[in-house]
Amino acid sequence: MTRSLIAPLKIIACLACLAPFVWLLLRAFAIGPLDLGANPVEEVLHTLGKSGLNILLITLTITPLRRLTGLHWLVALRRMLGLFSFAYLSLHFLTYITLDWGFAWNSLIVDIIARPYITVGFTGLVLMLPLAVTSTNRMQKRLGRKWVKLHRLIYVIAPLGILHFYWQGIRDPFEPLVYVGIVTLLLGLRILYWIGKRRMTGKS
Amino acid sequence: MLIKTARDIKNSEITPENIFRDRRRILAAGLAAGLLPGIGLDTEAALPSSISLDKTKPWPNSLDEEHSDFDDVTGYNNYYEFGTGKTDPARYAHTLVTDPWSIKVEGEAENTGTFTLEDILRPHSFEERVYRLRCVEAWSAVVPWVGFPLADLLKRFAPTSKAKYVKFFTLYEPSQMPGLRYPVLEWPYREGLTIAEAMNPLSLMAIGLYGQALPNQNGAPLRLVVPWKYGFKSIKSIVRIRFQESQPGTSWNKAIPQEYGFYSNVNPRVDHPRWSQASERRIGGSLFSARTPTLMFNGYEAEVAHLYRDLDLVRNY
Repeated sequence: MTRSLIAPLKIIACLACLAPFVWLLLRAFAIGPLDLGANPVEEVLHTLGKSGLNILLITLTITPLRRLTGLHWLVALRRMLGLFSFAYLSLHFLTYITLDWGFAWNSLIVDIIARPYITVGFTGLVLMLPLAVTSTNRMQKRLGRKWVKLHRLIYVIAPLGILHFYWQGIRDPFEPLVYVGIVTLLLGLRILYWIGKRRMTGKS
Repeated sequence: MLIKTARDIKNSEITPENIFRDRRRILAAGLAAGLLPGIGLDTEAALPSSISLDKTKPWPNSLDEEHSDFDDVTGYNNYYEFGTGKTDPARYAHTLVTDPWSIKVEGEAENTGTFTLEDILRPHSFEERVYRLRCVEAWSAVVPWVGFPLADLLKRFAPTSKAKYVKFFTLYEPSQMPGLRYPVLEWPYREGLTIAEAMNPLSLMAIGLYGQALPNQNGAPLRLVVPWKYGFKSIKSIVRIRFQESQPGTSWNKAIPQEYGFYSNVNPRVDHPRWSQASERRIGGSLFSARTPTLMFNGYEAEVAHLYRDLDLVRNY
């Protein structure tokens, strides 16, 4: 893959990441037959959360995919996808504070502390913050090997996100199970690879 | 038995009788003129031909609040037999066959047996009752139900002194209900009330809403409405009623016992293990509608609080 093809690829990926947001806006402004249904706040929360989670899982597929196919340019997409995920999840949280709770800080704080599913969701988002902040090229250079270690936090963030989705279980109780399966697969692949590498290089 | 005084309904608020009686023709004319969406009329389940909603009287203690939108009440439902998504029942419940329909009455009562829907409904006159409906998921609606008191129905079967509880079952028909494939809950869906709760004047056997027969997704042709409890207790599409001595097992309690109790009274002071019950969201609002505080017993404290005077409502959630 030549460098000149990465740019259009990034544009396509960018548009694909923006699509769910555009679709949500169309529904929010009731364009044509589109709408948000009987419970619009819940629908917005769900769409933003799922979009963020979906893109997050896609970032986790990049490394296994690269190892399987040898297509190294996939890595060039990962930062953009990661930031989009962070953007969606930040909007998800913002919606929660504003539209759901209307800045009722007391109820909000009680929710975050006392409701386990919100605690894990909030924690996951907070852990994403250092990853977002250190996503630039300059930061990557400055931190060097520490950057790689820091960004391994995604292995904690992803399960926290899935747990948040699973625990809130107000909608379809089966959907979260699919995500549990996918994350298990994606992280499992990494564990298998790691075991394989250790076997090949001999136990140190 | 209702102690509170009836709210004064302004004369100007009462639909003139001639318009009320003529409403079907008015609606049909509006439909023909393209002024109304045809959604509701498509999903109307047929009631037996001898049963008419024309003589429905307004109930004097109806809520004075604005009704939720018909489209929202018939389009945002939990009826897992047709799918677990909120819009699934409206989309898939058309496969439900509501005619013929019979109801088996059994257990501790003198007049047990199997009755057709017509037998069940014929002796009763119907009222329109505007009730609040509060789902355990913290959303709510205001629904103008059409029905008659459950007490009037149950008395016909002459329950004995051994009948301490009433258990209800929903239809179980895999050929009509695709959701039954998934063991989300213990099928058939079952619910129950104490005999005192069942005989309370608020407990309603509903056969319609918004002046027409229940759409399938709302529990056609006959469902229970107990407005002071979380919505999952208002069991839909009833085919069996059993009077019994022991507390009935209920589907949601069997599925997740630490979250869904037998009583499930609406109670802002007793949270669901995973979320707060102190507030709720009215459906049909805009993106900017605020949550509303949840009322004790969904606002029906005056009518039902006495039933739970000696009951610890935290332990008996």
